[in-house]
Amino acid sequence: MADPMKIRAQMKGDVCEIRVLMSHPMETGQRKDNDGKTIPAHHIQLVSVALNGKPVVSGQLAGSVSRNPVLGFKVKGAKAGDKVTVSWKDNKGDSRTDEATVA
Amino acid sequence: MDLIRRTVLKGAGATGVLAGLLATGMLKPTLAYANEWNAAAFGAKDLDVALKTIGADGAAANPALVMKAPDIAENGAVVPVDVVSNIPNTSSIAILVKKNPFPLAALFEFSNGALADVSVRLKVAETSAIIAIAKADGKTYTAQKEVKVTVGGCGG
Repeated sequence: MADPMKIRAQMKGDVCEIRVLMSHPMETGQRKDNDGKTIPAHHIQLVSVALNGKPVVSGQLAGSVSRNPVLGFKVKGAKAGDKVTVSWKDNKGDSRTDEATVA
Repeated sequence: MDLIRRTVLKGAGATGVLAGLLATGMLKPTLAYANEWNAAAFGAKDLDVALKTIGADGAAANPALVMKAPDIAENGAVVPVDVVSNIPNTSSIAILVKKNPFPLAALFEFSNGALADVSVRLKVAETSAIIAIAKADGKTYTAQKEVKVTVGGCGG
């Protein structure tokens, strides 16, 4: 099981800024280890962000997103106390869902 | 829940029961993703093929699509890229790195009040143009910026 995400959701004026730090190796499948063997691809493929259970952003990522991805989004119509849910799923079927409250 | 489980385990018509439960919302999948991962687009090794697969060939340049990326990236493994679309009704943003082995890096779709504004960090293999594609009202728009990489993002 992967480590929890760090999610920060903050109101800036009438826009809610969401920043997510995901803990993931994001292997591209291009790199080789010391023995010259290819390290298999292992990266997040799907990302979903919901505000109070309503989907707001749905993302697809390739292995070319940096290791431990940091993603930033902005959502209108949120208010302090709202619940932000972020989920991801990788190419090996591992997944993780975490929640945060809008501050 | 035990009762439901038993019904499901009975075998005959099990899939039907499960589908029914899913439809009525009794058994919600914990993760709801709008799309499947677009393997064809992400697996494309050629920029033009990748653009075509996401329906963005012939995208028009538009100054309302703004991309922020460094001019020079010392470390190609972590290149911060921000894309903001000020085009009304932007429904999705794609980010591609022209010279990466697989150009398409990320694809985001927006709904329910999400602004077309994303930031992400990318690996960039060598000095290359980074391309943003925005879709709005069925039309595609593009913006790009050259990023000079001094240390590649795909080495060890």
